[in-house]
Amino acid sequence: MANAGNFSVRRLTGFTTIAIICFLSLYTPILTLVIFSFNAGTSIAIWEGFSWRWYERAWANEQVQEAALRSLQIASFAAIVATTFATMAAIATTRTRPFRGLTAIYAFVNTPLMVPEIVTAIALLIFFASIKVATGYTGLGYLLAAHTAFCIPFAYLPIRARLESMDLTLETAAADLYATPWRAFTRVTLPLLWPGIIGGLMLAFVISLDDVVITELVKSAGQETLPTYMLGQFRRVVTPEMNAISAVFLGISILIVTLFFFLTRKRN
Amino acid sequence: MATAREIAEAAERRDIRQRWLLSAPALVVIFFAGIGPLAIMVVYSFLEKSGYGGVVWKFSTAGWESVFFQRDIFDDTLQFADAHLSIFWRSVKLSVITTFLTLIFGFPTAFFIATRPERTRDLWLFLITIPFWTNLLIRTFAIQEVIRNEGIANTVLIKLGIISQPIQMMFTDFAIMLGMTYVFLPLMVLPLYASLEKLDFRLVEAGYDLYANRFQVLRRIIIPLVKPGIIAGSILVFIPCLGAYVTPRVLGGGKNLMIGNLIELQFGQGRNWPLGAALSITLLIIVVAALLVYVRQASKSGQRHG
Repeated sequence: MANAGNFSVRRLTGFTTIAIICFLSLYTPILTLVIFSFNAGTSIAIWEGFSWRWYERAWANEQVQEAALRSLQIASFAAIVATTFATMAAIATTRTRPFRGLTAIYAFVNTPLMVPEIVTAIALLIFFASIKVATGYTGLGYLLAAHTAFCIPFAYLPIRARLESMDLTLETAAADLYATPWRAFTRVTLPLLWPGIIGGLMLAFVISLDDVVITELVKSAGQETLPTYMLGQFRRVVTPEMNAISAVFLGISILIVTLFFFLTRKRN
Repeated sequence: MATAREIAEAAERRDIRQRWLLSAPALVVIFFAGIGPLAIMVVYSFLEKSGYGGVVWKFSTAGWESVFFQRDIFDDTLQFADAHLSIFWRSVKLSVITTFLTLIFGFPTAFFIATRPERTRDLWLFLITIPFWTNLLIRTFAIQEVIRNEGIANTVLIKLGIISQPIQMMFTDFAIMLGMTYVFLPLMVLPLYASLEKLDFRLVEAGYDLYANRFQVLRRIIIPLVKPGIIAGSILVFIPCLGAYVTPRVLGGGKNLMIGNLIELQFGQGRNWPLGAALSITLLIIVVAALLVYVRQASKSGQRHG
């Protein structure tokens, strides 16, 4: 019995190796991309020394500035509005006896998650095209509305999860002490719900910031966001400038996701 | 005089009305800027195409016909639309292969995470979650940089003298498959982990006690117990693969289209909105069918899941 000493029911031959390969291959391309954003040369595969030149170049690129600003505007608007509506819907659909339509509301709020993005994008393209013809309006409103809609389920889920872990005793206590419903809401429910709301807000922000397909098909001329700008650039010869933009973008996403992770973990 | 019961019922009705009012803004936004337009799309699929994009408001089934058939230019007979069918076939084929590959790589990874000590488990899980939430376009771009002709894989292989010419990987089905496997792997690992985490290892131990070898334990005990996770992960990977747009566009170039790109094409150069709408509905039907299979399987496994 040569290996009797380290036999473990929790181990299967080769699984650890495959897992390590998986983790390495998930991160190697991303790390390579970030490393070559600091390349002094124009190659994305041959290292020629450290430099900030591609970051400086991306920073000075007016198209990038404009697209980045637009992305931030859309994501902020969509995240705030979607989180507000999602909070209201979450409060309405939790901590209640089942009523007619409760499951329907829940299912409807989550439908955007089930429809393939390209299908939603085409439907919106058709719908907005006829509004554009009818009203002549070609502003940012279409993108704002579309982003808000697909952000709602992402904001809704963490808020709902948080609400389900809160029971009604504290609110009942507040009511017993003659708090008005509004006061009980602002002084009891909202402070307890806050981590869920912030979590939902952050997820919605990242989802909006990352969106490519719906934005690409819904946007009017001159409404590039950072992802659609990048999609357009990949067809051409790619310089490490794209790596620099990607690296900053990645940094922002990872920061937000890390914050979300610790925020939602703390409550357990 | 209202009885206590009537008062209670009125209060409950008011409560329910308030709940509907609170949900209304979310429902209205999703209806107008998300789901409602799908109905308009159905109408458009039965209209006549206009040469400048858009539609002519006349009933026609030409859009639906051209999903599967094309008219011969000379004798006006219907034939199967080979181009479309080959794109459908490629989408299904690549999605199935990708789902399979993510399962092959994702299962050991999820198993590895689930068998870590409690303290480090969250960290490993976090390492899977990060790529899941980072931009899909950037991750596709990262793969592109690895496999392009002047990319890091070819450069290293040439430097090592293994190959003298770069291997053409970009703009092939292989590139799309590799990219989708890379991009969607976390979608497989997360539900698998959720199932494996609940696995009762005493059952595994019992298997070994009864002289099962590792393969038998895996096949006869572990896999049947985590089947819900396998199904959930497969659905979660298969559906976005089938509707993939960004990955095939970036890695497949103009020739290796998938359904998503074919649909988009009808609203760009193709200028055939009814066909594009019909193709979208076809894709949606396939996805809903896949979801229904999932729901049935999940409820069969006795899981309480919406």
